Amino acid sequence: MVRNAGSRVVQILDKQERELLAAWVDSQLKSPGLRRDLIQEAELREQSREFLRRLRDAAASAGVDDVDSKAWDPVREQLRALSTERARRGFTPSETAMFVFSLKEPLFARLRQEIGSDTTVLAEETWAANILLDRLGLLTTEIYQQGREELIARQGEEMLELSTPVVALWDGILALPLIGTLDSARTQVVMENLLQRIVETGASIAIIDITGVPTVDTLVAQHLLKTVAAARLMGADCLISGIRPQIAQTIVHLGVELQSVTTKATLAAAFAVALQRTGQTIGRVRPPA
Amino acid sequence: MAVSRSDKLPVASDGDIVAVRQRVRSLAVELGFSLVNQTKIVTAASELARNTVVHGGGGTVEIEVLVDGARRGIRLTFRDHGPGIPDLAAALRDGFTTGGGLGLGLGGARRLCNDFDLQSTPGDGTVVRIVRWR
Amino acid sequence: MADVDRIPIIKMGEFLLVSIQVDMHDRLAMTLQDDLTTSIVKHQARGVLIDISSLEIVDSFIGRMLGNIAAMSRVLDAETVVVGMRPAVAITLVELGMSLSGVRTALTVERAMDMLRAAVGPAAHMGRVDGSQPE
Repeated sequence: MVRNAGSRVVQILDKQERELLAAWVDSQLKSPGLRRDLIQEAELREQSREFLRRLRDAAASAGVDDVDSKAWDPVREQLRALSTERARRGFTPSETAMFVFSLKEPLFARLRQEIGSDTTVLAEETWAANILLDRLGLLTTEIYQQGREELIARQGEEMLELSTPVVALWDGILALPLIGTLDSARTQVVMENLLQRIVETGASIAIIDITGVPTVDTLVAQHLLKTVAAARLMGADCLISGIRPQIAQTIVHLGVELQSVTTKATLAAAFAVALQRTGQTIGRVRPPA
Repeated sequence: MAVSRSDKLPVASDGDIVAVRQRVRSLAVELGFSLVNQTKIVTAASELARNTVVHGGGGTVEIEVLVDGARRGIRLTFRDHGPGIPDLAAALRDGFTTGGGLGLGLGGARRLCNDFDLQSTPGDGTVVRIVRWR
Repeated sequence: MADVDRIPIIKMGEFLLVSIQVDMHDRLAMTLQDDLTTSIVKHQARGVLIDISSLEIVDSFIGRMLGNIAAMSRVLDAETVVVGMRPAVAITLVELGMSLSGVRTALTVERAMDMLRAAVGPAAHMGRVDGSQPE
């Protein structure tokens, strides 16, 4: 009969659950990395108990080789919930992963006790347990990263919305100072917003200023030009200002449409053109001192 | 990805083109499409419905709701048994026309959609399938 | 949807006003095109204002209709201005590839009227030497 590596682990999880749990929680509480400010002992104990239970059930039914299999769903589920919650509370990914890694020592200690001098079996079992806990610990890190990425994306969107307000520069003249790196999806939203503001204010000219945009790829440039075309269709005009030489190159590659779009190097220059086109002027009341 | 709803409408007359527009529009509104995406799918539907009537001799459109996790999409499949389109590449190019006007509108309709599929056999008919996600 | 036979055309001085409020089927659009041309001649109109602020959809057919109206009215010595195109409609028309280059557009009716008056210029009157007008 071929013995499955990990079967002794299952035995320990089954027969020595209480002792193992006590030793594990103890080790977690003693660890200097534990965030006592972020988690209570009772909660930690409960999470640990639940984890051991699910670990035992999964390992007993399907072995310890494939943590992605269906039998291991409950374990991954608990880790997912736990990681997400801890990330929310402010744990670092290492601190969260330690929840799993800190189980190694008490588990290995019990394997040594149980298996004794049979070094081959001890080595196999310890190795199987080690791999298993590594995989589960890494899972918590992945989940943490996913959660952070989603949060950052959301915050990025909110910041971009805040950083692209449409400004009423003058009677009938709007300005849209774009800041930061633009991606295709956000550019579309920002442009739709500009067109909406044009309708709401009845502006005849909108200046899109890209001084604060480090690079413009062809997709973003296309969106800009489409916005100019759409504004024209509606009866307003668009100027683009703040174009740097590198950006000018990208836009020129797009060909014909550029000729009919007025572009200026600075917002001030564009503003002067806009004033002229709307038949307005700004004059000095008295000569400067 | 699953199809959660499916409906078929005739596309044979002027009035049918309007009916298709209105059905697609109310569906897009119901599914929570953004205003711009509503406008795009309804306009694309209008172009393709007109093609079916004018060039295809009339046909049908199948209207399906696509569900992919939290994503929602509308899939339209226009079918006719008309003369078909002999030169697909030319038809998809802007400005191509077999009759009066600015062309079959296929190139434009394609740009309005996320997915666009066109099958046509001269003498047998045409099937145009488009998908627009919310 | 109301079953409309024709889109009403309103005469305002030397201008004609059209407000499209329904989702037009193709035949109705063609009828409007014909009706406008007839009206321009009949009333010797110098300008046409087409209000599309209620239109949620402008496809290539309607786009072409607007272009045709602009072109035909110019031949008849009248100027056309299209008013009130919605942003979503404009974005979609650009994507469709329609530039409507022969069609003048305005955001508001006020601006459109200014454009029409500017284009039309001072009205020519048939008057008498002493300044009185014929009955």
